[in-house]
Amino acid sequence: METDRGDRHFDTIIIGCGMAGLAAGIRLAMYDRKVLILEKHSIPGGLNSFYSIAGRKFDVGLHAVTNVVPPGHKGTPLPSLLRQLRIPRDAFDLNPQRSSRIAFPGADLRFTNSFGLLEEEVDRQFPGQIEAFRRFRKRILEASPGEGTGVSSRGILAESLPDPLLREMLLCPIMYYGASTAHDIDFSLFVTLWKSVFEEGFGRPLAGIRTIIRALLDRYREVGGTRRMKCGVRRILVDEGIACGVELEDGEELTADRIISTAGEPETRILCGAGEEDPAVQENIGRLAFAETISILSRQPEELGIKDTIVFFNDSPLFHYEQAASDIDLRSGVICCPNNYAYPEGTSLDEGILRVTTIASYENWTAYSQPDYEEAKERWFSRMVESALNFLPGVDPELIRSSTVFRDMFTPRTVRKYTGRLGGAIYGAGRKSPDGTTGVENLFLAGTDQGLLGIVGAMFSGVTIANRHVLMAGRK
Amino acid sequence: MTKEECKQVVLDIIAEIAPDEDLSNISPDVRLRDQLDLDSMDFLDIVMELRKQYGIEVPEEDYPQLASLDSCAEYLTPKFKEVSA
Ligand SMILES: Cc1cc2nc3c(=O)[nH]c(=O)nc-3n(C[C@H](O)[C@H](O)[C@H](O)COP(=O)(O)OP(=O)(O)OC[C@H]3O[C@@H](n4cnc5c(N)ncnc54)[C@H](O)[C@@H]3O)c2cc1C
Repeated sequence: METDRGDRHFDTIIIGCGMAGLAAGIRLAMYDRKVLILEKHSIPGGLNSFYSIAGRKFDVGLHAVTNVVPPGHKGTPLPSLLRQLRIPRDAFDLNPQRSSRIAFPGADLRFTNSFGLLEEEVDRQFPGQIEAFRRFRKRILEASPGEGTGVSSRGILAESLPDPLLREMLLCPIMYYGASTAHDIDFSLFVTLWKSVFEEGFGRPLAGIRTIIRALLDRYREVGGTRRMKCGVRRILVDEGIACGVELEDGEELTADRIISTAGEPETRILCGAGEEDPAVQENIGRLAFAETISILSRQPEELGIKDTIVFFNDSPLFHYEQAASDIDLRSGVICCPNNYAYPEGTSLDEGILRVTTIASYENWTAYSQPDYEEAKERWFSRMVESALNFLPGVDPELIRSSTVFRDMFTPRTVRKYTGRLGGAIYGAGRKSPDGTTGVENLFLAGTDQGLLGIVGAMFSGVTIANRHVLMAGRK
Repeated sequence: MTKEECKQVVLDIIAEIAPDEDLSNISPDVRLRDQLDLDSMDFLDIVMELRKQYGIEVPEEDYPQLASLDSCAEYLTPKFKEVSA
């Protein structure tokens, strides 16, 4: 019996139910496009999803939602995203950070969601640099969209800021919150990330990433979008250079006028028929992978002396951000304490949480046998936490150890397993596709490998690609 | 549809896509962008709502015609007549 083409044909099929896929889906369903999101996993959210172990709820990633401006503030990515999705700001429950820090030996720059503090800190700790710093900031604020594409940020920093330590320190949060390349980052991305971190700022929903995913799913349902979970795409069907549908893992075929893939650039290339060993695939796999420890504490972190929201640390005057040579690169990293946001009076997280992120080697972690892998996690967990505690002066490591009631850890192996990201590369491919095109007609990239990443960035990317390549292109 | 009604349609759409904007004092002859915080994505939504709610197509090269309420009325009134004919 022939199935009705109507059930198997869509205006747009979206691969991936992460931030980018959901945002793109909402836009298209809002304007009556027949849209279907296909997701390999049972849980939505992609790289920023959630899980439970032994009755405790965990977020995969969420340290901080970036781009968080105060309610009422307009003209920046977050409010414009919310408008595009017609999701009220309250639905994301974004509570501002308390205060974060960049910690290098001999210098410590604190910052909050108002830029003034960072400026004061630079003025105080880098005598004679403040004028150069202000000029550098002005240059960033006045950059036109896309300006600095293909230009080295290190080059611009070197010509703008005389003090090398200040340059390295400013790079640290920027790279950690979005560089898919080692050592240096494209200046156009630097500008975007600078604004999202320093000018706008950090926030977090009290209940974590679930709140944001819930809001997106509710909205997607409300506008009539459909999705299928545990429904991986095995192949993108391409006919003479034109994408026309997908083949699912169970062999079913669906057709579509357009396909938006949020799976990543090399991953999408493989879906179109390339082999994993093809040079075109290999050369664009991101080489930066990360590990993260999560310690659940029996007390509120503040009582243990942890006052910061996020700490970006590095153990020497030169910032290390490159492919790890060993299992874990302990020289730099990020500490996050989700308790330390300004939640409404009378509310708080039930337990203390301390998260430590470092760069990790994908090759090493995937080469381990299962027992060796478990053993290595055990070993590195303590070392990662200890090295991070060096950057929390006044916090007693022994007290942290004795207050830790539960631990979890993920590695690049976990990222590959749950999101399919080649190389466990959270920030995706080295080379991005800013206009979202792929070389295959009717197939577009959104999310991480279009170039905007992070939670807000990925959603914004989904919206932009849906607008540009589907809504503005008109109906087929 | 009269030009005045047409302006009201546009205002109603803006109220929907940008509920946080104050629309009580809009001058019809001044660019909307100069009076409200609307970006190009918001203008796209005006176009998308016109299509969705009234079946009116505005091609991309005509987006500049939607700059002010007056220019919207000028450009859209004949289009409303066409679709209702
Ligand atoms: C540990 C960690 C911490 C992070 N911390 C932060 C943070 O604090 N703040 C922040 O802003 N960002 C953070 N990020 C980054 C942020 O989560 C990502 O940039 C963002 O979620 C990317 O969204 P995306 O939609 O582009 O991609 P993804 O989330 O990867 O979505 C792609 C989806 O496609 C699915 N998929 C892939 N292949 C197929 C297939 N063949 N068929 C069907 N489905 C498929 C995947 O399963 C996935 O769900 C963090 C990420 C991690 C991993």
